[in-house]
Amino acid sequence: MGDIMKYISDVISLEFFPEKCTGCGRCVDVCPHAVFAMRDKRAVITDSDLCMECGACALNCEFGAIKVDSGVGCAAALINSMITGGPPSCDCGGTTGSDCC
Amino acid sequence: MRYAVEPGLYALGEPGADSDVFVTANYKLSFDTLRKSLKGLNAWILVLDTKSINVWCAAGKGTFGTDELIKRINETELHKGVNHRKIIVPQLGAVGVNARAVQQATGFRVYFGPVEAKDIPAYVLSGYKKTEEMRLVKFTMLDRLILTPMEINPSMKKFPLFALIALILFGLQPSGILFKDAWSGGLPFLVLGLAAVFSGAFITPVFLPFIPFRSFAIKGLITGLFATFLITGFFGLTGLSAISAHLFFPSASSYIALQFTGSTTFTSMSGVKKELKTAIPLYLTATALSLLLLTIHKLYRWEIL
Repeated sequence: MGDIMKYISDVISLEFFPEKCTGCGRCVDVCPHAVFAMRDKRAVITDSDLCMECGACALNCEFGAIKVDSGVGCAAALINSMITGGPPSCDCGGTTGSDCC
Repeated sequence: MRYAVEPGLYALGEPGADSDVFVTANYKLSFDTLRKSLKGLNAWILVLDTKSINVWCAAGKGTFGTDELIKRINETELHKGVNHRKIIVPQLGAVGVNARAVQQATGFRVYFGPVEAKDIPAYVLSGYKKTEEMRLVKFTMLDRLILTPMEINPSMKKFPLFALIALILFGLQPSGILFKDAWSGGLPFLVLGLAAVFSGAFITPVFLPFIPFRSFAIKGLITGLFATFLITGFFGLTGLSAISAHLFFPSASSYIALQFTGSTTFTSMSGVKKELKTAIPLYLTATALSLLLLTIHKLYRWEIL
C-alpha cells in the first residue's frame, strides 16, 4: 500500500524523440519508476509524472533519443545552491558526505 | 565514522574464470548487503571507490560512474581473471554508468541487474532477466520510518535557538526580562515548536501517501495546521498570539516536510524547484507577519497601544 507515489504533475524536463529510438529497450531496463515501456518495438513514455529526473535513461540511450535535465530532487541542496550560487549537491555541507544519503 | 571497504576485486566462495562479476560501492552496508544476497554463489565482487557512499547516491554524484568502473576493471586486470566479458552493475548505478562507454573502453558488457541485491539469485537463475518488479524502486512506510531520525535531528539542532528567541520575546517587559513571564508565555510556543518538528519531520514522512496533495510543502502545512490547532487549543491560546502561532508553526512544519524531498526515492529536481519558488516567499511572509502580530500583542499587554 502506498508503494507508487507521484510527485507534482507536469513539471518534468524529460524529452523523448521517438524518431531516434531503435527499440533497444535500455531505457526500460534502467528506469526505476517504469516511465518507459516497449510498444510495437519502440519505447514510449507511460507517465512522465513518475519521473524523478535521475538521468539514467538519457545517459544510457546510445541514440540520443532521450533528454532530461537531471539532478537531485532535494530541497536542502537546492536552497544551498540558491544561497551559495553553486550547483545543487547532496553533500549536506559536510566534506565526506558519508552521513548523508 | 567511516564505513569504507577497500576498493578492488573480492572473491566470494571459490570463483573461477567463468564466474559472474558483480559491481558495488565501497560503502560497507552496500558491500555487506550484496555479500549476503550472493550467499552460496561463487562470484567476484568488484568494489568501486565511492568515498563510502551507497550506489545510488554515488551514481548521482558521479563517483559510482563510468570512469571509476573503467579504472577499476583495468587496475584489477579483470580481463585476465575471467574469460567472459560480462559485468553486472546494480540498476541504480545506471545513473552514473554509461554502459556503452564501459564496453568501448574495456570490452566488458554491462548488464544492469536488479535494484535490490536480494533479487540477484532469482535474476541469475532466470538467465539474467529482470522482472518488472525487480526494476522498481519502492518506498514503503518502514523505509520512510527509518529515515525520520535523519529529518528530526537537523530540525532539533535549530530548536535551542528558536527556544531562546521565544523565551526572550515572552519574558521581555518594559522593566527587563522576567523569567516567570518568559516561561508562562513561552511554554506554549516551545511545545508548538516541538509539534511542528514532529508533524513536519515524522508524521508527514511516515504517512506521506495518505496526506492529501502531491506537494510536500502542502502536506507539511496540513499536518502542521492540525498540530498547531490542537496545541493552541490545549493551552487555550486566543487572540493575536493564537493567530501568530497559526501563521508561523504550520509554515515551519511545511518547510521541514519539504526537506524530506532529499530522502525520497521519487521527487524530481524540477518539482522541488517549483515548490521552493512559491513556498519560500510564503514562509518569509508568514514569519514576518507572525512576529508583527506578536509584537502588537506585547504592546497591548504593556498598555502602550
